[in-house]
Amino acid sequence: MESASIAAEHHHHGPPEANRSSRMDPQFLGMLLFIVSEVMLFGAFFAAYFFMRVVALEPGAPWPPEGFELPKLVAGMNTAILVSSSFTIHWALESIRRGNRLGLKLGLVATWLLGAAFLFIQINEYIHIGFSAREGTFGTIFYGLTGLHGAHVFVGLTLLTFATVRAFRGHFGPAAKDHLGVEVPGIYWHFVDVMWIVVYTAVYIL
Amino acid sequence: MHNPLKSEADAFRLVVIIGLGAGAVIALALLTEPVYGVILTAALIGLGTGFVWRESSGSEPHRTEVAQGDDGRHRVLVVANQTVGGRALLDEVCKRCKERGSEVFVVAPALGVSPLQHWASDTDQATEEAKQRLERSVAELRRELPATTGEVGDSDPLVAIEDALRKFPADELIVSTLPPGRSRWLERDVVEKVREQVGLPVTHVVVDLEAESPAT
Repeated sequence: MESASIAAEHHHHGPPEANRSSRMDPQFLGMLLFIVSEVMLFGAFFAAYFFMRVVALEPGAPWPPEGFELPKLVAGMNTAILVSSSFTIHWALESIRRGNRLGLKLGLVATWLLGAAFLFIQINEYIHIGFSAREGTFGTIFYGLTGLHGAHVFVGLTLLTFATVRAFRGHFGPAAKDHLGVEVPGIYWHFVDVMWIVVYTAVYIL
Repeated sequence: MHNPLKSEADAFRLVVIIGLGAGAVIALALLTEPVYGVILTAALIGLGTGFVWRESSGSEPHRTEVAQGDDGRHRVLVVANQTVGGRALLDEVCKRCKERGSEVFVVAPALGVSPLQHWASDTDQATEEAKQRLERSVAELRRELPATTGEVGDSDPLVAIEDALRKFPADELIVSTLPPGRSRWLERDVVEKVREQVGLPVTHVVVDLEAESPAT
């Protein structure tokens, strides 16, 4: 829906404001479209995974193939760590909406630490898992899917680093337009969490 | 049409829902056989798709998120379509806001947009008509209340209100309609739905344009 607004004062100089074809903030729309493209990327990897597992697998053959064992418990704990980081970033945003700057900073730092812990445990898992990406199709798709997700966690951590630094420098405020710099990375972080829940459930459990 | 994913809070809700669903699938798969987990996953995906469809079409009740102001100023959101320039509405707004020096934000939904026009972005005429109505109304209100602004909103009044409340930290709402029997908003229980979805005081003003027209 196209919007047309009437401002209280007409002191606008320079080119006219761009027409928006959506009722959403451009930052939100950009992030959502980016996430849609990311879902397609993950979809391609999942398509490869399920093709190998359902179509290419010989009838009666075990999955994962013999010789491959996944650490369900460690990965499960890692899942809990990552999911809890969604709660901390949501708490950070709720805090700044109420004008609580300390809550914002604590929430962002906690989220960053939880995300870093997840990544650290995943790298540790790669070191001890006992097979590499070159060992068969299972090794390739396992590292492909979890590595793709790990790269997204890294990007999310980078965004959170910027938001945390800005929070400690006194940026952000309770008004919606004043904390978009946390809210938009927050949406991305939730997406990263959701994708991990899907990856963990599909690859490690089912 | 309601977009179910418009804010971080919506995304967080999605994480919680998917987390709970995945928890159930994982528990079932570990306690029984993975195939039962697959069946439950398929069922949950089906349920989720249906729910998202109902929510995006507005069938599911949901709570509107309201922006929060930090300066203690009283703010009123006014929502009206054909009645946006009605005398009864202007009087009610002035009565409520003049002494308090309130900030007023008027939303005039662009009317008569069909779903096909919405998806084809063919809303120029409806937007222009709504803008003209809005400009007259805002100009009238500014004589008494200088801090009045306005915007043309989505053709769905509930979506228009939701959009406005995300950026305008209103303390109360005034919804203006035509009298019962002539108002499509009243036929659709818009006022009641606004009361359910928005946790703010809502005043309903009935504007009878036919009765007002001889005097104007």
